[in-house]
Amino acid sequence: MGEFDFSVWQPSLPFIRDGLLFTLRLTLVAMSGGIVIGTLLALARLSPIVPLARVAGAYVDLMRSIPLVLVILWFFLVIPFITGSPVGAETSAIITFTAFEAAFYCEIMRSGIQSVPRGQVNAAFALGLGQAQTMIHVILPQAVRNMLPVLLTQTIVLFQDTSLVYAIGAKDMLKAADVVGKNYNRPVEMIVLSALIYFTICFSLSLAVKQLQKRVAIIR
Amino acid sequence: MNYHWNWGIFLEPVKSGDETYLDWLITGLGWTLAVSLTAWLIALCIGIAVGALRTTPSRLLVMLGNAWVELFRNIPLLVQMFLWFFVAPEFLPREWSLWVKQDMPAKEFITAALCLGFFTSSRVAEQVRAGVGSLPRGQHDAALALGLTLGQAYRHVILPQALRIVIPPLTSEFMNVFKNSSVAFAIGVLELTFQARQMQEDSEQGIETYLAVTLLYFICAFTANRVMALIEARTRVPGLIGKPA
Amino acid sequence: MNHRTALLVALVIAAVPALAQETGTLKKIRDSGSITLGIRESSYPLSYLDDKQQPVGYHIDVCNRIVDAVKAQLKLPALKVQHQAVTSQNRIPLVGNGTVDLECGSTTNNEARQKQVAFAPTTFVTNVRMAVKKASGIRSLDQLNGKPVATTTGTTSVQLMRAHEKGKGIDFKEVYGKDHADAFLMLETDRAVAFVMDDNLLAGLIVSSKAPADYAIVGEVLNVEPIAIMLRRDDPAFKKLVDAAVIGLMKSGELDKLYTRWFLSPIPPKNANLNFPMSDQLKALIKAPNDAPAESFNKK
Repeated sequence: MGEFDFSVWQPSLPFIRDGLLFTLRLTLVAMSGGIVIGTLLALARLSPIVPLARVAGAYVDLMRSIPLVLVILWFFLVIPFITGSPVGAETSAIITFTAFEAAFYCEIMRSGIQSVPRGQVNAAFALGLGQAQTMIHVILPQAVRNMLPVLLTQTIVLFQDTSLVYAIGAKDMLKAADVVGKNYNRPVEMIVLSALIYFTICFSLSLAVKQLQKRVAIIR
Repeated sequence: MNYHWNWGIFLEPVKSGDETYLDWLITGLGWTLAVSLTAWLIALCIGIAVGALRTTPSRLLVMLGNAWVELFRNIPLLVQMFLWFFVAPEFLPREWSLWVKQDMPAKEFITAALCLGFFTSSRVAEQVRAGVGSLPRGQHDAALALGLTLGQAYRHVILPQALRIVIPPLTSEFMNVFKNSSVAFAIGVLELTFQARQMQEDSEQGIETYLAVTLLYFICAFTANRVMALIEARTRVPGLIGKPA
Repeated sequence: MNHRTALLVALVIAAVPALAQETGTLKKIRDSGSITLGIRESSYPLSYLDDKQQPVGYHIDVCNRIVDAVKAQLKLPALKVQHQAVTSQNRIPLVGNGTVDLECGSTTNNEARQKQVAFAPTTFVTNVRMAVKKASGIRSLDQLNGKPVATTTGTTSVQLMRAHEKGKGIDFKEVYGKDHADAFLMLETDRAVAFVMDDNLLAGLIVSSKAPADYAIVGEVLNVEPIAIMLRRDDPAFKKLVDAAVIGLMKSGELDKLYTRWFLSPIPPKNANLNFPMSDQLKALIKAPNDAPAESFNKK
């Protein structure tokens, strides 16, 4: 291919920006949804109602043992055959990532909840709090706080995983870079640019998480 | 919408040749296993070395180790695949580059296994570092006091214990390798995900195809989990608190 | 919409009596208020993304005319048009599962596919050949023994090569690109010595490449294939509307104009001209439109 020509980066920027916005939106929506559903799953897994715990456990184990690409293809190509209503690449991506990441957030929240000392629960009951109140006001706040760095690290993984929507043609950042690369016949330069952007964002975030980890550690 | 189930599809010949769909899936499983196991071997060798480097007293070695981990941990695997496959050969001299691109046998496989191996090595290195960090300082000091060099101390005292401690987190990394190998479809490795997409297109029996492939991945991950559990039980460090197997 | 299109749309409406109850795709379009076109990223010049990343091309224009007809029939002037990028590998499932209503790409109409989907009347005829670098000296299939050959995943090029008399007994090493541009990249970066594909796509990829003069389209014609817009099977009302719209374009001469615009004039993104005159087969099809599969072309 000969020499490189990085001047293609300049005209690509508007597309990269739009793609990055989609990537960020997907990450944030899947993170919020994933944490909420993941917490519910964690509560289900820890609940004394055995069938509920089993079902939640099976869901989490299944999601954790099959590849994300496969889950993406399942939702995009197969589910519409069953439900009869297609949703398009972007909605499909949001649903898939929320459902998939929920399993991972669930395991984090579960170990967070289990890390809260037993005494806290007893104290809450002694103070007259009900079971739900204890969970909401005593256990979950501590669990989230203890697990905050891990939750954020998982979110960085999620941010990287969003690149896999390439398999269904949703317009994320990698897709935008790919298309510009083809239009200008500079695919190599565009792959390098997307690698640099992903690295810069993920590396800064992971430094931030490290700082946070130190702070959380001191308070504990 | 009506879906026409056809579980016999796997034994039917593909539209464009004389193989059956089952043959496609078996080929796919073969490549998935080949990529995953090779990558895991690479990841273990490099990961243990890099993880150990990051616990040495040398500032330079720690920095090198950290750089390795941050580099491979902060770029999505898919982008790394593209980097190795499309970008890396362009930096080679012309003849080498041509050889890599045209004549190197199984080039998609080698690229994918190396890429996944490096990617996973950064995760293994993290776990190994944590494992070494969790050892009592006395182990290290005692080894040196006995007259072992630093290298010998790592080889005979520190790593044997640290590695046994980190088997549980390595188990989930081992399972991840099988899952992550699916990304190799993007550079044309004929592994399970590639075959699944091809079979769904060719046979129009999407649900059967994806169920079968999902099951195969599940079996891979489960087997990996059991193998590691066996190793964990065999190598438990006596005297430490551990879950009964 | 110009006068002729307006007239045409009126004709279409007259030709397709309003059904008492809509079913299938038309009902879906009315219920959702939108129609989804499947588009390609690098199927030059039928369907590809321009430098603003908008889908353009000959088949995109044809599809937009069909959408006009749908708007008119459903009396939904504000119908939303959505685009979904598809590849050779997922286009048929995506039409089948309802994600895409009209696939405006470069799909060969053949018997196997007719079991899964339906096609509009053929709007383009392509010859499957191969692109090579001129410097390689390759002129024919039998020079490819043991050499890497690029194909796009989900297409049938390799089967065609094996089936051809000159390809018998030759060992092709297949290299896969996920779309035509990726497969062409394999040729451009010397990962493959040839790229076997529809000649119009090859011509489009070559004129928009870095060094168009380096490439040539050579070798035997492996297959003659009718290319058409794809829709769901077993949906007679929608098929009737689509057919009427396409045949209308052919009769009014508008399809000729679209052809000239995309095959015989400078096109984005590089303002290069393909200079790809209309084949006799397509001329005949415009006179007598039909949706016969590829098999009927290659029999003679």
